[in-house]
Order: sequence, then structure tokens, then C-alpha cells
Amino acid sequence: MSVTNQTQSQAQPPTKNDTILLDVKGLKKYFPIQKGFLRRTVGYVKAVDDISFFVREGETLGVVGESGCGKSTAGRSIIRLYEPTAGQVSFKSQVLGSNGQTKTVNLLDLNAQEMKSVRQEISMIFQDPVNSLNPRMSVSDIIAEPMIIHGMKMGQDTEDIIVSLLERVGLRSDHLRRYPHEFSGGQRQRIGIARALSLNPSLVICDEPVSALDVSIQAQTLNLLQDLQKDFNLAYIFVAHDMSVVEHISDRVAVMYVGKIVEMAETDALFTNPLHPYTEALLSSVPKPDPLYKPHRIMMQGEVADPSNPPSGCYFHPRCRYAQDLCKEKSPEFRQIKHDHWTACHFAGELKLEGI
Amino acid sequence: MAVAEQTLASAPVRRKQASQSYLSLVWWKFRKNRTAVFGGVLLLVLHIAMVGVPEFVSPYLLERTSDYVEAKPQRIRFFDQEGNFHLRPFVYGLEKKIDLAKRTRVYVDDPIRIYPLGFFVAGEPYQLFGLIPLKTHLYGTLSDDPAASVFIMGTDALGRDWFTRILYGGRLSLMIGLIGQLMTIAFGTILGAMSGYYGGWVDQLIQRATELLGAIPDIPLFMALAAAIPSFWSPISVYFMLTLILSFVRWGGLARQVRGLILSLREREYALAAKSAGGSDSRIMFRHLLPGTMSHVIVIATLAIPGMILSETALSWLGLGLRPPLTSWGVLLQDAATVRAIHTTPWELWTVPFILLTILAYNMLGDGLRDALDPYSGR
Repeated sequence: MSVTNQTQSQAQPPTKNDTILLDVKGLKKYFPIQKGFLRRTVGYVKAVDDISFFVREGETLGVVGESGCGKSTAGRSIIRLYEPTAGQVSFKSQVLGSNGQTKTVNLLDLNAQEMKSVRQEISMIFQDPVNSLNPRMSVSDIIAEPMIIHGMKMGQDTEDIIVSLLERVGLRSDHLRRYPHEFSGGQRQRIGIARALSLNPSLVICDEPVSALDVSIQAQTLNLLQDLQKDFNLAYIFVAHDMSVVEHISDRVAVMYVGKIVEMAETDALFTNPLHPYTEALLSSVPKPDPLYKPHRIMMQGEVADPSNPPSGCYFHPRCRYAQDLCKEKSPEFRQIKHDHWTACHFAGELKLEGI
Repeated sequence: MAVAEQTLASAPVRRKQASQSYLSLVWWKFRKNRTAVFGGVLLLVLHIAMVGVPEFVSPYLLERTSDYVEAKPQRIRFFDQEGNFHLRPFVYGLEKKIDLAKRTRVYVDDPIRIYPLGFFVAGEPYQLFGLIPLKTHLYGTLSDDPAASVFIMGTDALGRDWFTRILYGGRLSLMIGLIGQLMTIAFGTILGAMSGYYGGWVDQLIQRATELLGAIPDIPLFMALAAAIPSFWSPISVYFMLTLILSFVRWGGLARQVRGLILSLREREYALAAKSAGGSDSRIMFRHLLPGTMSHVIVIATLAIPGMILSETALSWLGLGLRPPLTSWGVLLQDAATVRAIHTTPWELWTVPFILLTILAYNMLGDGLRDALDPYSGR
């Protein structure tokens, strides 16, 4: 299958345009911590703390970071699975526009009816292939569900769409009446992908879609996602913690640490020339397929900071090997250092950091 | 892949493949558990015989009294006194005697009077399900002698056939288990699901209510509620009130379990997927959350029915539940609960094996269902 994929990709070079599809500004999601009988709020878990980024049409933005740094929460806040605390999410919507014109709307301002319509254009792929499919529903019911939610009736037409989706993701039409437990993990993830595509979205939020799969299936699934991106001009927000996966699929990458984006750049620039010490540490964790390579991995001390009680100054300073007094006192600004290369580090550009 | 796609698209084969739905998997797994199947069949038989057609199964009607007061059970025999074999089983007639030494009435077999037995004999007329007029009973004597009788489990103080009373008593006792449990499921599932899904003050209110109910000891609560039933109510209203009381006391535990399940299920990614696609609350609830709790609820409910039946039995035995003229297993046990009864009419304890059998059968079925309803684990 990979052979055909490569020939296809040579035949159709990826066309990228500069139209911004999604523009997130100052997104915050604080979960209140409640204590005691009266449920007083004693603090907040700042799962997503003032992040800003954008996604262009048809491009992939990778979001990486360690577990618990707010990647998934960010993805879910955009589509309002969690109601964000603050921020602005501008989305270029086809559905809400009139006369074939698009209309840029702030998702957080939409009423329930408008939000439901926009949900046709933004879909999600989930991490766990076991939990993301309802075991009581057949494959056809699962894939049809978004269409039925948006008012389509189950009939021959719908079934045709489902069959073509199934075939598109590499399953067979006779899988239609089967149940999720009859499939392998990789196949289930393909069903999840077919469900995400059933309403013809322009943006797909992939919440660690390959983390639960074994490596060979990961590659197949990633290739499938890339093929689908070309065919349907999809934009992906690709949440992952595996740097090599992100490198493979992303056009641009945002690195998150304790609810904040610490570095964002085009994939090549970020991987070869990281500007934030956290990115450097993440990159050093990527295994190299070279037996003679002598790794000098950067072992980070301690755990990810507690988002309900983050350290002073730069959140990363307790684990940073370049930390100085300034880092403990002052929180660094997220600023552009080079063209399209943003980072939040006091010494960005001054430090000599190693990429891959 | 492109080639494969074309061939598939050109030949729209929609083979109806044998696929294993959830229910077929459950059945497949349940069937392999012999004990559970046995329990299920036993329950089916008990319910058909007692809840469905006790008029047909019993040789007499419930109200029929006879001159044989507290008669011992008549043995079903194949050999008469001379040792002759009879192909058709028979019972001896009963002869009343007064034991002057003990000053009691005793019955002895009268080997001269032989009453042959048969299946599907004509007897007292009744209406099956209250609709179909019938005269046939499952078994009875074929004799024309008006004194002929067949009391396989003896009689009570009014000369009523004890087996007949057990059957009719089972009707109320088993139905209180079923109806009461259905109401418990309804209360528990609805309140638990609301509690888990909406959270906030709804959750607080329902949880505190279950805690309050759980904090009151059962028997005093029953006594208080049962005492609140007006004494002039007809026995049947009392019956329904009792069912309501039993389920009202018991919904709390189920509501908590359902709440817990809903809390975990609503974070499942398939529920999130439906939500992210714009699915309504009711769709997520009825399509994704409640079906996920049903297997658990069914198991809990099945295993709780015996408790329901026992509660009725215990309450009626204490005199707080059903009262004569209603016949339930608790009422029957009340008759048998004196030392005199155990001494002189021990056959009145025949109710006990029926209660035990029912409860065992429910537990066997419940255990089997628990394993079968979760077919994705532990193959």
C-alpha cells in the first residue's frame, strides 16, 4: 500500500495555501478545584493557559509535549467539548456563510444551534481504538451517527456514503454489519477515521490517534491520514507525544509545557534548530536507527510541573539545565525570534541548542 | 489499492455476513454456563406454574376447603397392600381417627379406598388468565367418590390443599419480586443517570437522598411505612403499596451504581465522539450511556430479586406485610411458624424448599448473566 501512496504523492505535490482556517488567541481552560462540603473553589488547574496558534487550510499542526501538559485539553477546548475559560477561536466556516462564501466566526460566541452546524466542519479522531467505538453499535451505525445527528436519514444513500468511506480508509464493504470487537486495533482506528470524515470536515482534531497502536500499524495509519489530507484538503491538529510521529506528519509543530506553548515553528526548523531547552530535551529522546550512534540524552530532572501550582517565572526552570536567576523570577514572553519561529525563553537564540 | 477500490466499487456486493452482535455474543456465552441455564429454566417453570397458570397446575382451587383438616400428605403409590403393582399411580383414602391418649385428631391411610390418579383430569371450573374457561387440571383423582382427594403436601387448618396454596402464594411472592424490582430499576436508573450526567446540585440532592434512605435501618423503616398503610384498604391495595415500599427502600444502591457507571461512560471516547459531532443530551444518554449500564443493571436486578422476595416473606411473616385472605409465601410461613405446627403439621414447612429453590435459581441465573453480559472480557 505504501508504494501506491508514494506514487500518488509524487503525482500530486501537496498544495499549501496561506488561508488561515483556525486562529486561536489567548485560549484558557482552567478546571476549578473544589473542596469541602460547600464545594468552595480553592484553586484552578490551569490545563491550558493562554495559548495562541493558527492552522492554515490543508496543513498539519503537530502539538507535542509530555503527558499532562494540556495538549488534549487544548484540542477538546477548541471544539467546546470542554467549555474554555477565556480566549477566542476564529474559524472559517463554510456552513455558516451564505452564497458559497465563507464566514469567519468565533466558536466561543456561537449559540447552540450554530455550534452544532459548525461541528460538521470540525471532527475528532480519538486515541483509544477500544473506547472510541461503542461496542453495542455496528460499524455502519457508528459511521452513520454524525450524519444522523445532522439530519440525514438512514437509507441507501447514506449506506453508499458509508461504504465509500469504509473503502477509502482501507476496509471492505462487508465489514458494514460487524461490531467493533471483531476488528484489530488498527482497523478500529480506521473506523474512527471514517466516522470523523463522514461529514466532510475541513479541520480534524487528532487526539493522539496512533499512540495506542503498534509501530507498523502507526505507519499505515499515518500514511492513510496523509492520503486523506491530500484528497479532501483537510487541516489537522495532530496531538501526540511521539516526536518522530509528529516529525513525519506535521507541517508546523507547537511544543506545549504545563498549559503553555513554549515553541512553535515549521517542522524542519524546529527539529534541526530548536530554540527552547524543553524542545531540545524532547528531541534528544528520539531514538536513532543507528547502532553506532552514541546517544547523549538529556535527562530531565523531576516531573512535569503541577498545573494547579506551577513554579515561579518560567515554568520549565526547575528542570532546565540552562536556568539562571532571571528564569526563576520572570515569566518569558512568547515572541518571534526568526521568521515563523516563536518561542518563550529568555535566552532564545543565545543558547546553542542541538536538534536532530 | 486503487485497483482494489475500482473492483470493489464496480461490484457493489452487500453480503449479509453472519456478524456477532452484542446480544448474540451474550447468548453464546450464557448457553455454555450449564448452571445458569438450569437456573433460568427452573425459574421459567416456577414462574409459568405460579405466576402464569396456578389454576391449571393445582388440583383444586385456592378457596376450596374440605373436611380433611390438617391432614397429612397422601403418598402416591404404585403398590397396594397386597403388593400388587398398579400401572396407574394411586393414593389411599384418608380415615379420621381420634387419638384419645394425645387428644388429637390423626389421619390414617384407608387401604380399602384406592383413588387412582391421572393427568389432565376434569375438576372445578376456572378461567385461565381470567379469560379462558377451563375445567382441566394438571393432575387429580379419577375417582367419582365425592370423598376422593389428593393432597400431596397435606392440608391446612381449613382443609385446603397445601400444594395449591404454595402455588397461589408463589404468584404473589414472585410477582412482588418482579414488579418491585422493575420499579427499583426504574427509580434507580432514572435517578442515577440524572445524577451522573447532570452533576451539580441535581447530583447532590439525589446522593444525599440515597444516603438518608441508607442511614435508616430497614426493618423499622418497613414497620413505619407498613403501619402507615390504612387498615381498611383492600388486601390488593396493600399488596401494591408493599411493592412500592420495597422498591422505594431499595433504589438507592442501584442509583449509586448507575451514577458511577454513567460518570465513567460519559468520559468514554465514543460518548465524546457523539458529543463532538453535535449529538444531543438525550441521544448520548439513550444511545451511548444507558445501553452501557444495562448489562450491569440487569445483573444487579436479577441478584436482588431474591432479596425482594425474602423481604416480602419476612415482612408478611412478621405480620407487617400481606395478610390473609391474601396468600403469599410469607403468609404461609406465618401458619407454619409455631412450635405446634412444626410438631403436628410439619408438612406446612413445604413452603421453605420452594423459597430456597427460587432464590437459588435466581442466584444461578444472575451469576451466569454477570459473566455473559460482559462478553468482551475473559474469553
